[in-house]
Amino acid sequence: MTTSKAVAWEPVTAQAIIDELKSKPGALLPILHAIQDRFSYVPEEAVSLIAQALKLTRAEVHGVISFYHHFRTHQPGRHVVEICRAEACQAQGSRALEAHAKAALGVDYHQTTADRNITLEPVYCLGNCSCGPSIRVGNDIHADVDATRFDELVEGLKTDRVEIL
Amino acid sequence: MTFRIHVPSDTTAKARGADRIARLIEIVAKEHKIDVEVRRNGTRGLYWIEPLVEVDTDAGRYGFGPVKEGDIESLFAAEFWKGDVEHALALGLVEEIPYLKRQERFTFARLGITNPVSLEDYQANDGFKGLQNAIKLSSQQIVDAVKESGLRGRGGAAFPTGIKWQTVLDVESPKNQKYIVCNADEGDSGTFADRLVMECDPYMLIEGMTIAGLAVGATQGYIYCRSEYPLSIENLNQAIKTAYENNLLGADILGSGNHFDLEVRMGAGAYICGEETSLLESLEGKRGLVRAKPPLPAIVGLFGQPTVVNNVLSLAAVPFIMDKGAKAYADVGVGRSRGTLPFQVAGNVKFGGLVELAFGPTLNELMFEFGGGTRNGRPLRAVQVGGPLGAYLHEGQWDTPLGYEEFSQKDAVLGHGGVVMFDDTVDMSEQARFSMEFCVAESCGKCTPCRIGSTRGVEVIDRIREGKNVDANMELLSDLCETMLDGSLCAMGGMTPFPVQSAMKHFTEDFVKNAASATQAKEV
Repeated sequence: MTTSKAVAWEPVTAQAIIDELKSKPGALLPILHAIQDRFSYVPEEAVSLIAQALKLTRAEVHGVISFYHHFRTHQPGRHVVEICRAEACQAQGSRALEAHAKAALGVDYHQTTADRNITLEPVYCLGNCSCGPSIRVGNDIHADVDATRFDELVEGLKTDRVEIL
Repeated sequence: MTFRIHVPSDTTAKARGADRIARLIEIVAKEHKIDVEVRRNGTRGLYWIEPLVEVDTDAGRYGFGPVKEGDIESLFAAEFWKGDVEHALALGLVEEIPYLKRQERFTFARLGITNPVSLEDYQANDGFKGLQNAIKLSSQQIVDAVKESGLRGRGGAAFPTGIKWQTVLDVESPKNQKYIVCNADEGDSGTFADRLVMECDPYMLIEGMTIAGLAVGATQGYIYCRSEYPLSIENLNQAIKTAYENNLLGADILGSGNHFDLEVRMGAGAYICGEETSLLESLEGKRGLVRAKPPLPAIVGLFGQPTVVNNVLSLAAVPFIMDKGAKAYADVGVGRSRGTLPFQVAGNVKFGGLVELAFGPTLNELMFEFGGGTRNGRPLRAVQVGGPLGAYLHEGQWDTPLGYEEFSQKDAVLGHGGVVMFDDTVDMSEQARFSMEFCVAESCGKCTPCRIGSTRGVEVIDRIREGKNVDANMELLSDLCETMLDGSLCAMGGMTPFPVQSAMKHFTEDFVKNAASATQAKEV
């Protein structure tokens, strides 16, 4: 779900992705995942291409996209930060973390910071329940995140990190 | 001489910095000219000591943890690679740590010992022995063994696995195609045992599903894994690829002529897809709307064909049963809960992690003798067992033995074995509100009690929390809970009331307290 490697919408690429996957049984979710992985979201233009390939109506494809929290129809910020809202993290202080994150970034859930750097999303459980509060940035999960740790992580997202080690 | 060092690689160990520790050890070892081989194991599941660095010695593995970046120099100064040395983080022999030693790791026997995607490691530790035995048996004999083991659905519903398999074995498939579907949509907060299977011992799931395929005559399997588990998907895919290369999957399994194909499918952030019929809809590429039952998925399942839908832990228990024997599994447990359950101790807990035990000990033993009480030292007040649809238990219920029937007698569920602990700062009316709010977010929308009831539930609890007509609204909330319980199509709407009702019943003061303070505020 890391978005920094995503590329701009390109119908030929999308069609190639669709053609590769369309004969799988129950191909719609694999196709939507592949499209979103490539372009960071599922653009409106993709819906028609998918519908045509799978012999579905656009409404049916749209219905599936809108059902699942994971799929998005608008381009997110460069980084997607997900905060776990589930009970195990609540027991370790995630409500305070949520409030801090929203205030620090100046956005609510499902919104993107003005500089288009970070999109904030809720998530219900990352499976890191003994060491919460947990957040996910791209495919990386972070444990024991308090306000200070959150600020450090966000600071690190402002510039592309150079790995020294 | 090369010293072998193990650094864990599961999500929680990584989230606590294990990748960086692994790299630092390699770099510093090179600087000190010490010949070390850093291997990545899964995790032992003892999360408060992660990252747990282990060192191979003739006497066994010595552990150091939790290792932070700043500890590396002192570990090298202490010559930690020798194992039995003095250091503030030295834990001695890992297998002697009481938390681990006191467990009965049937399913998780290899956890943290092997490299997750190493087939060699898996086979060197009893891997694929169950499949080798199963191949020599008839389908009926495999099903009988699973019945005899007493294994019940570990996803939470606790339906006897062997009976489900028998149904699928007996029914004719119109298209001559049956399926094994693994429910790896582990959405319950406080649970991570499925994740541990997939991240740390993926071949075990492959083996269990292949045996299930042999048992019912299915040639295609799907693992439906949630998108929140990227590392599970990565490790499963790598293990599946290796299994195909070694004739452990495909057209000629272990040269027996048996056929079984396996594919991982990714969910898309919908909790409801953990409900088996919703999961099947999702696999078919549709909205995850719950199906009415009957027909059972065992008879009309994926793409309309007979389908075994089992939780990860149910399928992961099968290799043990086929290797060590059904009796070995059934010999432990309590009442009708046979075998072991990998409990997950989470939330505000001092020693959180995976605790695989035979059914029978009490919740208290799990939370205090293993968990060590709360992480911040405050008194424990409420415990939610069995995920977001499980009841909150108060102190008077913590002596309940861990067993399916024992819990249902207390109007609670054991579910997937997740235990989430809350200290005395918890506001139970807020927790009740969250249960309803979660149902609003995650209801598939098919039936009214769940779709509308949850929204009304949030509103009523908000009024109670604001102190408005508390008595009348408490009655209304009780009534709403009954409607959802009786009128919902599946467990989502049908069990969302459990945490709400338990909070209302056992923590009434949190509902009334808010009312009183609201009145006082008005008077002032």
